Amino acid sequence: MNQKPSILIFGYGNPGRQDDGLGAAFIERMERWIGENEWSNIALDTNYQLNIEDAEQIAAYDLVYFVDATIEPVEQFSLTKVEPSDAKVEFTMHAVSPAFVLNLCQKLFSKTPETWLLHLKGYQWEFEEKLSEEAKNNLEAALDFFQQHMIKKLNNSN
Amino acid sequence: MSKKITIEPVTRVEGHGKVTIHMDAQGNIQQSRLHIVEFRGFERFVQGRPYWEAPVLVQRLCGICPVSHHLAAAKALDVIVGAGTGDGLTPTGEKMRRLMHYGQFFQSHALHFFHLSAPDFLFGVDGDPAKRNIIGIALTNPDLAVQGVMMRKFGQEIIRATAGKKIHGTGAIPGGINKNLSIEERDEFLKGADPLNADKMVSWAEEALDFFKKYYFANKDFVDNFSYFPSNHLSLVRKDGALDIYHGVLRAVDADGKKILNDIDYQEYDKYIEEEVRSWSYMKFPYLKEYGKDKGWYRVGPLARLNTADFIPTPLAQKEFEAYKALTNGKPNNHCLHMHYARLIETLHAAEMIRELLHDPDLLGDDLVIKGEKQKEGVGLIEAPRGTLFHHYRINDNDQIEMANLIVSTTNNNEPMNKAVNNVAKSVMTGKEVITEGMMNAVEVAIRAYDPCLSCATHALGKMPLELTLVGPNDEILDRKRSH
Repeated sequence: MNQKPSILIFGYGNPGRQDDGLGAAFIERMERWIGENEWSNIALDTNYQLNIEDAEQIAAYDLVYFVDATIEPVEQFSLTKVEPSDAKVEFTMHAVSPAFVLNLCQKLFSKTPETWLLHLKGYQWEFEEKLSEEAKNNLEAALDFFQQHMIKKLNNSN
Repeated sequence: MSKKITIEPVTRVEGHGKVTIHMDAQGNIQQSRLHIVEFRGFERFVQGRPYWEAPVLVQRLCGICPVSHHLAAAKALDVIVGAGTGDGLTPTGEKMRRLMHYGQFFQSHALHFFHLSAPDFLFGVDGDPAKRNIIGIALTNPDLAVQGVMMRKFGQEIIRATAGKKIHGTGAIPGGINKNLSIEERDEFLKGADPLNADKMVSWAEEALDFFKKYYFANKDFVDNFSYFPSNHLSLVRKDGALDIYHGVLRAVDADGKKILNDIDYQEYDKYIEEEVRSWSYMKFPYLKEYGKDKGWYRVGPLARLNTADFIPTPLAQKEFEAYKALTNGKPNNHCLHMHYARLIETLHAAEMIRELLHDPDLLGDDLVIKGEKQKEGVGLIEAPRGTLFHHYRINDNDQIEMANLIVSTTNNNEPMNKAVNNVAKSVMTGKEVITEGMMNAVEVAIRAYDPCLSCATHALGKMPLELTLVGPNDEILDRKRSH
């Protein structure tokens, strides 16, 4: 039997800004699910945003899922493969993208974990720690999908 | 007749910013303006909320420096719960907060240097933009890039151990803290395997400073002359004049070093500081009332702190401070790009302070909170990495916040950032009608020196691309460039 892959699921965003908290809410729900299933090879983490030190963290895993809220026109959620990006300047001063983190990981630590970005569609972004109803629906749909996806991944690795 | 160049927004600056540069028909720079959309909704948002929620609520402002807001709010609420004005906490309470704050400083300054400013030094302000970031450094100088990443990680781990968690930390509460440091946590930070231990962080902070000094002395003319202008400087200092980023009195000096705000109690800041509204900007312009709008504006941040402080209370940083002060014969340093030099001296100081605090048994104590006679109003002031941060709250009889006023570091630096942009525009854009990437980045280098967090100043979400527009004498658009 093959060894199970080490997996990191990393949600980010600010839960104090309504639907920007989708990433953290996703991780909270996954924590329960993983605990119930006793999958010790899956680690979870959250933060307000991604930053350069996350390149060191993901280097320790075979498979990485970033989870973030999005305003992009996706249907409820989308799961896309992340490739190391070209080394172009980021728009923001203090945060970086998943592709940037993966690129930095590759350059600094010579590791390129298989990396995916789960985008959850959000709608409201005011100063409130509460997901909108639409975002809650998207969270549920994304959890259903992702948990099935995880089961398949883990079964395929056996 | 004038022409106008607009840069909107600024890359590698959080939030929404736009730079407009006005030219006359002869191509001379008439005026430059940095527009930041300041949203004042947060002060209204906290009204009606129980006061004890504020240290967690304010972290909603910004994911960049939540610890700064967390601590400034907690300090204001210390006053409200009768725990004094910053120096009345238990030793464990105060030192745990200081450790959290130095951890925040260390990681924030490391990010600025390795990710944002070092690329400009390594590859040139007008160098290839594809290389001008930490990935470019990783390709050419991997050891330096690894240092940057691991210094960030160390600072983040300090924050996690003191604030409790990465998101919405709860470590600081009105009157103290809710946890001490465990022996295991302390030992990990002191004796952890290289590189994640305090000794290594001190040594790497010294190396980063050496890297900058080498660059500086090889490019002295450029660094000294890039957007130089005299100004007042404002920051907290310890009562004996030492650099202190957590607590002290408020001091301002003018460009010659004369004290123009003489170590006042910051509970009375509103007697001395006023905020001007200008029609073209959403962000206010703070100034010292006594000196008026034209002469009372000031800089905050690393450059200002090393201009107001008399000394640094850690040996390695003090030695560097003396060499740094000698460059300007002991007078205030008004060189824009020396902000990076000052920031790295502070990084070294933060590393030394973290190490010193970790050896202090008070961090392991159990006496965490102190309370006294409740007050209706309190001001919390700290030096955030990018400058002085004011939190001011007043509560009603139901313990609800009825008034909040925040002046964030980026707002304090509003006028100097405008001056810095204008200086650079005069130097690189006079007579030009085509905007090059090098010109755009030169303007950004001036703004980035202040490490502005526009997300914080604007309380805004999102990232924006860079756009620069050149508008002619009749307001016609001559050129427009968008970086991404």
